[in-house]
Amino acid sequence: MTAQPASIRPAPLIGPDDIPYLPRGVRLAHDRVRGIRVLQAPERAMQLDAIGDAILGELDGARPLSAIVSGLAARYNAPEDQIAGDVRDFLTGLIERRMVFVRTP
Amino acid sequence: MKDQQHQPRDLDGNPVTPGLPMAMLAEVTHRCPLACPYCSNPVELTRAAQELTADDWGRVFRQAADLGVLQVHVSGGEPGARRDLAQIVTHARDARLYVNLITSGIGITRERLEELDRAGVDHVQLSLQGIRPDMADRISGHPGSWDKKMAFAAWVQEIGFPLTINAVVHRQNLERLPEMIALAEQLGARRIEVATVQFHGWADLNRKALMPTREQAAFARQVVNDARIRLRGRMVIDYVPADHHAVYPKACMGGWGSTGLNVAPDGTVLPCHAAQSIPWMRFENVRDTPLGEIWHGSDSFNAFRGTGWMPEPCQSCARKTVDFGGCRCQAMALAGDARATDPVCSLSPFHAQVVARAEDDARADTADLVYRRMRKGE
Repeated sequence: MTAQPASIRPAPLIGPDDIPYLPRGVRLAHDRVRGIRVLQAPERAMQLDAIGDAILGELDGARPLSAIVSGLAARYNAPEDQIAGDVRDFLTGLIERRMVFVRTP
Repeated sequence: MKDQQHQPRDLDGNPVTPGLPMAMLAEVTHRCPLACPYCSNPVELTRAAQELTADDWGRVFRQAADLGVLQVHVSGGEPGARRDLAQIVTHARDARLYVNLITSGIGITRERLEELDRAGVDHVQLSLQGIRPDMADRISGHPGSWDKKMAFAAWVQEIGFPLTINAVVHRQNLERLPEMIALAEQLGARRIEVATVQFHGWADLNRKALMPTREQAAFARQVVNDARIRLRGRMVIDYVPADHHAVYPKACMGGWGSTGLNVAPDGTVLPCHAAQSIPWMRFENVRDTPLGEIWHGSDSFNAFRGTGWMPEPCQSCARKTVDFGGCRCQAMALAGDARATDPVCSLSPFHAQVVARAEDDARADTADLVYRRMRKGE
């Protein structure tokens, strides 16, 4: 996951107060043959890097995006602004593919 | 099946390096209550008595998972024609596979769908032959299919399965594509696959009745583009265009023997569902040979791996690792040679001829269909 210039970032599909979650039929899994983490979804298995896996591991269906970002910023000792943009873009990509759902409180 | 060095080689003897498969299509039966004239099953259908048992499928799923397969598409025919479908699904989940059920929705009651939910079906893909009874029932050759499908879709929603609608489009129903997309939305589908008929097997017998016109292909592209913008974040639209009107061929199966495999009802293992249309090719069976050995060592899977086997114009083409020369079965059907450049490619010497024939078929003044049926008395 690399930060992209703002100009080519897709319009976000999630705000700080929204609660992202993995819907039914989407789950994190370990690929024992290749030794990688994958996101299993309808007719698609997506390879995850360590960052993607860490983000999706935070989706508990209870905490909003802002809390997830604060947690990740503290854990990786990184600026919250940058983490916020990266996480929002990563999740927006998955929301576009209907692999992450969002609940608005 | 393997040479002495156990080095996998393509059909010209060039060494190849097999990767690992991600997905397996499990055609658990060819039996089906529908008779769609573009069915992807071979024209020679397998009878019930030759089908693998549920326990056979269990063994195949465990071998597939050991080989690297992550997802199984349980399909047919109509998989619901197997009374032991829930057992088959249970075996797949026990092997830790993600289970996609590919169904027409006909012949699966609400009770059976609940049983399949308990067995662990992860996702349901429901086929759509058209919109409203007049089109859906005529194309599927099954009176009442529309009403049954709509009831099935409601159960899918109530139980909560993720749903994909698979709309197969052709000259007789392309005008209704916007309605198909609207229906998928209304049914709460996460995804719709809009797939133009691929003219192999049964569909090839119906070219004159189903071939879309160039104008229709352009219309479909526009409808899909507009809907993708409108439905961003709400529904995914996957689109398989009419490749007779394309400039370059599709990367069939993402490359022969690269990421997917297909197990037919009798256990025959195929690099793609249409591979048996290549008359000289011989295929192994999971009743005799473990899946891993077939994947890594069989002549059929190795035949078109890599790029060494490719003739010109593919061999010197920059796109040879993008589209892998296109579809081998289409090359067989249209150029009479499975190794040839897919004739839908604009660089193929057969291209002009293929386009002319497609345009001729698209103008044909017939709507009569040859329906998919098992021949009686076999």
